[in-house]
Amino acid sequence: MSMKSWQNQRGFLFLKEERCKGCGFCIDLCPKKVLRQSEVMNAKGYHPPELYDVEGCIMCDICTEICPDFAIYRYRSKERGKNA
Amino acid sequence: MVPQEHPLEQLLRSDRMPHIWCPGCGLGTDLGCYLRALSGMDLDKVAFVSGIGCSGRAAGYVAVDSFHVTHGRGIPFAIGLKVANPELTVTVWGGDGDIFAIGGNHFIHAARRNIELNVICINNAIYGMTGGQVAPSTPLRAKTTTTPYGNYEHPFNFSYMAAASGATYVARWTTAHTKELTKSMREALEWKGFSFIEVISMCPTTFGRRNGFADGLEMLKDMKARSEVKNFPDLEDTDIGEKIVVGKFVEKEKRSYLEEVKQWR
Repeated sequence: MSMKSWQNQRGFLFLKEERCKGCGFCIDLCPKKVLRQSEVMNAKGYHPPELYDVEGCIMCDICTEICPDFAIYRYRSKERGKNA
Repeated sequence: MVPQEHPLEQLLRSDRMPHIWCPGCGLGTDLGCYLRALSGMDLDKVAFVSGIGCSGRAAGYVAVDSFHVTHGRGIPFAIGLKVANPELTVTVWGGDGDIFAIGGNHFIHAARRNIELNVICINNAIYGMTGGQVAPSTPLRAKTTTTPYGNYEHPFNFSYMAAASGATYVARWTTAHTKELTKSMREALEWKGFSFIEVISMCPTTFGRRNGFADGLEMLKDMKARSEVKNFPDLEDTDIGEKIVVGKFVEKEKRSYLEEVKQWR
């Protein structure tokens, strides 16, 4: 299964492209509006999201919680409010 | 060390993914909330029961002991599980058609007995899997395949019905309230008594497109805009209309069925 990942100083954002059904929840609910629909198409013919502003992502977990397909998720390398 | 897997992967049957639910359906998000509420619990002591319908498919996706039973009979099956093995935490997962249309009587009697079950009803206001027929929760004047000129039946208020039947924990949230829903589900899982959570969800495929919504996202935003958080409101005022009253509705002490059984045994 193809997996995409983006990394910034706060952590990692992973995307299992083949699970995505292109509902657009993550793109719309992202508080920083750093996701957008990508040009690529997965096996089912949906356009998964992509993180176009990597540094803008604050690893807040909202996309993970709202994603109905368990496709997008983040790993925070340090906890909020704590210095690494 | 960076974990490459989804945080809920341990609780999901990954080989079954992607699931069958349509793009824009709220069931996946609700299941995610349930799994998040479940994390940290002893999974050998959790049983998951679901009935028939789109929501019934959930039993095939959770990696705990799960049972997919006949239509509307999730609650009686779960009562059997709970009485035979009181150590189990039993969840009944169902849609509005499953729990309240065909299984309505089972529901009110389980609530009356205050048996320690955790019933989660995903209310999407329609019979989704069979093609969009009118359900007991379909709002007045909504268009469905069987009411093409608008629904003329008044809908049920499930949370009010649960409270009236004697449920000791009742909450209502929408799919948009993921954090509150997760917290509520956790409380319900740990609740000693009959707990009921109504999740107002969306079905863009059979309900949304006949009622002026372009997709699931539009329904989600509409739902969020219409909801109003009110804890312990007057249940008479919680009918789903222009406003959707959400929050914790009932939380009361009452001896559970198993405690009563133990007393006389």
